Amino acid sequence: MQTVHSRTSDPARAHALAATPPLDFQWPEGGVSRVPFQVFSDPAIYAMEQEKIFRGPVWHYLCLETEVGRPGDIKTTWLGDTPIVVTRDENGAVHAMVNRCAHKGALVCLKERDNKPSLTCVYHAWNYGLDGRLKSVAFQDGIRGKGGMPEDFDPARHRLEPLRVELYCGMVFGTYSPDTEPLSEFLGGPMRAFMERNMNHPLKILGVHSQIIHNNWKLYAENVRDSYHATLLHTFYTTFKVNRLDMDGGIVLSDKKWHHISYSKRATLQAAEEYQQAKVHAAQYGSELDGPQLLKAWDGFDDGITHSIQTVFPTLVMQLTLNSLAVRFFVPRGFDKTELFWIFLGYESDTPEQEKMRVMQGNLTGAAGLVALEDGCINSFVQRGTATSPNHTAFIEMGGRVAESNESSRATEAAVRGFWHGYREIMGF
Amino acid sequence: MLMQTTPIYEKIERLLREYCHALDDGEVDRWPGFFQDDATYQITTRENMASGYPLGIVLCEGRGMMDDRIKALKTANIFESHTYCHITGPLDVAEQMEDRWSVRSNFAVYRTMYTGEMELFAVGKYLDVVDTSGARASFAERIVVVDSRRIDTLLVYPL
Repeated sequence: MQTVHSRTSDPARAHALAATPPLDFQWPEGGVSRVPFQVFSDPAIYAMEQEKIFRGPVWHYLCLETEVGRPGDIKTTWLGDTPIVVTRDENGAVHAMVNRCAHKGALVCLKERDNKPSLTCVYHAWNYGLDGRLKSVAFQDGIRGKGGMPEDFDPARHRLEPLRVELYCGMVFGTYSPDTEPLSEFLGGPMRAFMERNMNHPLKILGVHSQIIHNNWKLYAENVRDSYHATLLHTFYTTFKVNRLDMDGGIVLSDKKWHHISYSKRATLQAAEEYQQAKVHAAQYGSELDGPQLLKAWDGFDDGITHSIQTVFPTLVMQLTLNSLAVRFFVPRGFDKTELFWIFLGYESDTPEQEKMRVMQGNLTGAAGLVALEDGCINSFVQRGTATSPNHTAFIEMGGRVAESNESSRATEAAVRGFWHGYREIMGF
Repeated sequence: MLMQTTPIYEKIERLLREYCHALDDGEVDRWPGFFQDDATYQITTRENMASGYPLGIVLCEGRGMMDDRIKALKTANIFESHTYCHITGPLDVAEQMEDRWSVRSNFAVYRTMYTGEMELFAVGKYLDVVDTSGARASFAERIVVVDSRRIDTLLVYPL
């Protein structure tokens, strides 16, 4: 039996181990309608995800384009566990690379945002261009003829490890893998059309914060695809008649089922008998707001859709609930901890009145969101409930056993199954 | 700067003290009562403040929105039971106009969960506008600036 220490002491071996599942792991019968709890608390599976998903042939959200809007702009972020730096160079090109000096491996950029003509590691002053190429090494020729790098040292052979980058809808995406398909194919037509509806406008940041949630990252990935829970757990919406399952709405899965859109139309709200009969606590009472300015809104689109959540596998979410536009992305911080980032947005073209409405509606979501703050704790309930039962499974059959779009109802776990479809495919489970 | 021994200072200090004690004692229904009818209450982060971003974590304009927050947390929101303990620092008080004072103080809030877990939940500063025209002082504005961008789990009770 090997110890954990000896497993990780040899990088090549650790790398190989990370790409193979634990020996005792097997996906249970029932396909995507069953999820083994082991995937939420097994450190070996977590390590394998870092390799196969976060370093694998997948596009990942890195930051907003506006965060690196000007030449010299620098933004630090994460791709899975790995620290990343995104830059815009003097020619306007956007680059992404691992935030790790080619010398000793120290973090090169230490601020969340910065603007500099080049990147310099503070440890030994190795200096890189904004494209990540090594420009100079301190004391390369030694001091007074003594010391210095060997004769054959070639700065051109050292650089910050680059990622492939694509810009789309105001966002910067990156991938390590040369095998990743172009972003437009990764997303597919229907996903692109809806992203463009919501995001393809000059974007303006209205506010940011993050939230530590004490659960495996995949529980949040499930949670945000789970339209079944929305009006059952989140009772504020129901109470104030903002959103209920009986509104027109549906679930659209991408071609490969990895991504999804959940949408609803507020105007078609009706009192559904199911709510009364089921006596779910979501229908306990109807009441009006004492501060109705919270929900003051305007119709931004003529398709009638007032609420939407769109996910891009694995960790990107875009919301447009009423006029509250936000990007959420989540970063795994270990197998049982996740940091969820909230970036609230408006359009540069917003009037002051429109911006004010978006700011007010910011109360609805986020760490203190009136309609959704429960998501901060609900996934940790699952983490804590399942941690000691790796061989048991989740039962996910609401709306059937397959992952298919459903344009007539959101009382379905289709998008959750879609996530597991993608997960199994890429992990080889 | 207002001296600590004046009656006005004591009136302001009492408002800030009672506000914290009401929240720490779980008397959350009393919370909107510390504000004027048209008062603003905001929780934001140091980062948002420095960037000039208008949207923080909580924003209530008027006591109606504060009442809605309290009603929501008592009847709609789901979360694990916990209590706060506010520790606050000395006040800087400056007169804005007659009966209007701008007040700055630092705070630390410890959160104790029903499981017994205790931890530092938030640190930062209160930037207040206090009205002293009535028998009791009240907030015309309370901006809570937390130092960290991160909230652990969720934020449901006002800070």
